[in-house]
Amino acid sequence: MEVLRIATSGSVDDGKSTLIGRLLYDTNSIPQDKMEALHAASKRKGLDFTDLSLLTDGLVAEREQGITIDVAHIYFSTPTRKYIIADTPGHIEYTRNMVTGASNAQVSLILIDARKGIVEQTHRHFFIANLLRIPYLVVCVNKMDLVDYNEARFNQIVEDFQQLLASASYKAQEVKFIPISSLYGENVATRTGSITWYQGPTLLDYLEQIAFDQEDSRHPARFPIQSVIRPRTTEYHDFRGFAGKVASGHFNVGDEIISLPSGQKSRIKTIEQFEKQLPAAHARESVVITLEDEIDSSRGNMLVKTDNVPEQRKEITANICWMDQQKLVAGKTYLLQHGINRVKAKVQQVNFVIDVTSYQHIEGKNDMGLNDIGSITLKTAQPIFADIYAENPANGAFILIDEFNNTTVAVGTLI
Amino acid sequence: MTHQINWEFPQALEDEAIYILRETAAQFEKPVLLFSGGKDSITLVRLAQKAFYPGKVPFPLLHVDTGHNFPETIEFRDWLVNTLGLDLIVRNVQDSIDQGKVQEETGKYASRNALQTVTLLDAIEEGKFDACIGGARRDEEKARAKERIFSVRDEFGQWNAKMQRPELFDILNGKINIGENVRVFPISNWTELDVWNYIRREKLEIPSIYFAHEREIIERDGLYWPYSAYLNTTADEVPFRQKVRFRTVGDMTCTAAVLSEADKLEDIIAEIMEAKISERGARIDDKRSEAAMEKRKQAGYF
Repeated sequence: MEVLRIATSGSVDDGKSTLIGRLLYDTNSIPQDKMEALHAASKRKGLDFTDLSLLTDGLVAEREQGITIDVAHIYFSTPTRKYIIADTPGHIEYTRNMVTGASNAQVSLILIDARKGIVEQTHRHFFIANLLRIPYLVVCVNKMDLVDYNEARFNQIVEDFQQLLASASYKAQEVKFIPISSLYGENVATRTGSITWYQGPTLLDYLEQIAFDQEDSRHPARFPIQSVIRPRTTEYHDFRGFAGKVASGHFNVGDEIISLPSGQKSRIKTIEQFEKQLPAAHARESVVITLEDEIDSSRGNMLVKTDNVPEQRKEITANICWMDQQKLVAGKTYLLQHGINRVKAKVQQVNFVIDVTSYQHIEGKNDMGLNDIGSITLKTAQPIFADIYAENPANGAFILIDEFNNTTVAVGTLI
Repeated sequence: MTHQINWEFPQALEDEAIYILRETAAQFEKPVLLFSGGKDSITLVRLAQKAFYPGKVPFPLLHVDTGHNFPETIEFRDWLVNTLGLDLIVRNVQDSIDQGKVQEETGKYASRNALQTVTLLDAIEEGKFDACIGGARRDEEKARAKERIFSVRDEFGQWNAKMQRPELFDILNGKINIGENVRVFPISNWTELDVWNYIRREKLEIPSIYFAHEREIIERDGLYWPYSAYLNTTADEVPFRQKVRFRTVGDMTCTAAVLSEADKLEDIIAEIMEAKISERGARIDDKRSEAAMEKRKQAGYF
């Protein structure tokens, strides 16, 4: 059974939580007791309808203010697919939480209020979906009921959005526009008959038919070593296996590999998954690999195939989103975590900060503030073996950690 | 949409959980697995076995025993630990009561659920555990839906929902200051149904109370409560025998039973698919207020 991960975004009051509530409701995913709690909570708030958004705003502070602060993860299934929705905040000050939710998504779902059209946050959300190269983008033009299900209004918004697409750096994204009304359930999981001019799929129909990307053959094989398994028991006296999750591509038994950074070569003897031995390991599978030769490899090292070895880098240029209250300062040293490998890294310079609505590069800055997106150059203490994010996202991203308070202060993608 | 049963377990979830467990073992000095004897922690034990196989599980299990557990759960716990050769640490809420650190609740709804947080925090401090692996799932409850996979807690075990670390891609940052600890949730992205499908696929043993059986119960507030010496009953609450099972394994004082004939896994799964009440709908501890779970998490609950 496949798992499809979706990140939703939109501006405040675009009806994101209501849309999710509607998806859950229409797929019978809300149990009766939760539904009753929603009725009661809506009544207490003096509403004359059941506020489905109360389902996802789980924190006291969120319910008080009626806004989403942090990512909520929500689940529903159809007979063929399991869906994970990262419901992310719309408020500009919580952009970092939006990036958090979007980083694992295969589908980015952007809501637009049909009355308001494209707003500043739409630019920001589209920019992030584009930056992270999320392969599928669904633009839901919501609250169609409030514009009398007007076709011209929908077409105008689609046209405006096309201009955004024209300026995007990542062109391979598949984009779908759907006119919906979350409140009345039009075109979410079903059709209510209010929109006759739209012939396309409902949101759920569209999600159901999204093809899963087979990255196996397209991306190079990368296996970061999480730990070395050395039981030293009587039964497994000489066993020495490398545990990890295949980041990208695939490995077969018999493949010639290189261990980085040592550069030592060997061949894959076995690929194991608990008590089973497998002929191959594919992207995102957690396995244990044993090699034919005793080579020196440990946590943080990476096994790759000899036909495609990533470049060794000590200086990297990356797009980053700054996520901390304390500003990024050029010249300061941070910890850079690339996958599971951590090295010290010094910010050489801030190349530019991007105005996400106009795409203009603001140059000559020496720092970056909370939620800023821009390009920086870093120098690392030890070389890392990363790929360009555009060529292999699974091996092209990293985070920066502040050494003094241990918090994650930035996410970066290699360019 | 009709409830068509899909018996297939999404394999991606197991791969993700194993990756998280390996990161936990590698990034922390003294991890511990919080074990309640329930289906989620049984699943965690299986995942831990797989993550380090053919090596042994590199951390002990910690059970915070409220003293009000179902005897069947304790029996199962000891059987599992013996069979798999795991290390088990048990800490008792009764000790915290005897030390005067917590006070037993009184009245009809008295439960030790809130009390166990204190025992847990003491056990963490005493054992110097820097990572506590728990079987919480985001689908359980709306405050849990907001939780990170590596969730940093301060030295009082407190969760600060507004100050959570960003968590990106599958990059896990387990760096903490001395005194802090991380709660790790490897099966965050699993649903109740995923857990059952996994138990079925892996043929895991589970405590007998998950299956339909006859036991003494009382009816209170529309729920079926297991009758035991720990439950404070009123004169009009007369126990009677009924065939029931439990959807979650909590304390005997705060876990309600459901009427059921399901005596094998397939029937349980079918029943869950048809259930009109959520899993935690039978947890009386969640019904205390709309923010019951968030408040408990702020206080250090797992």
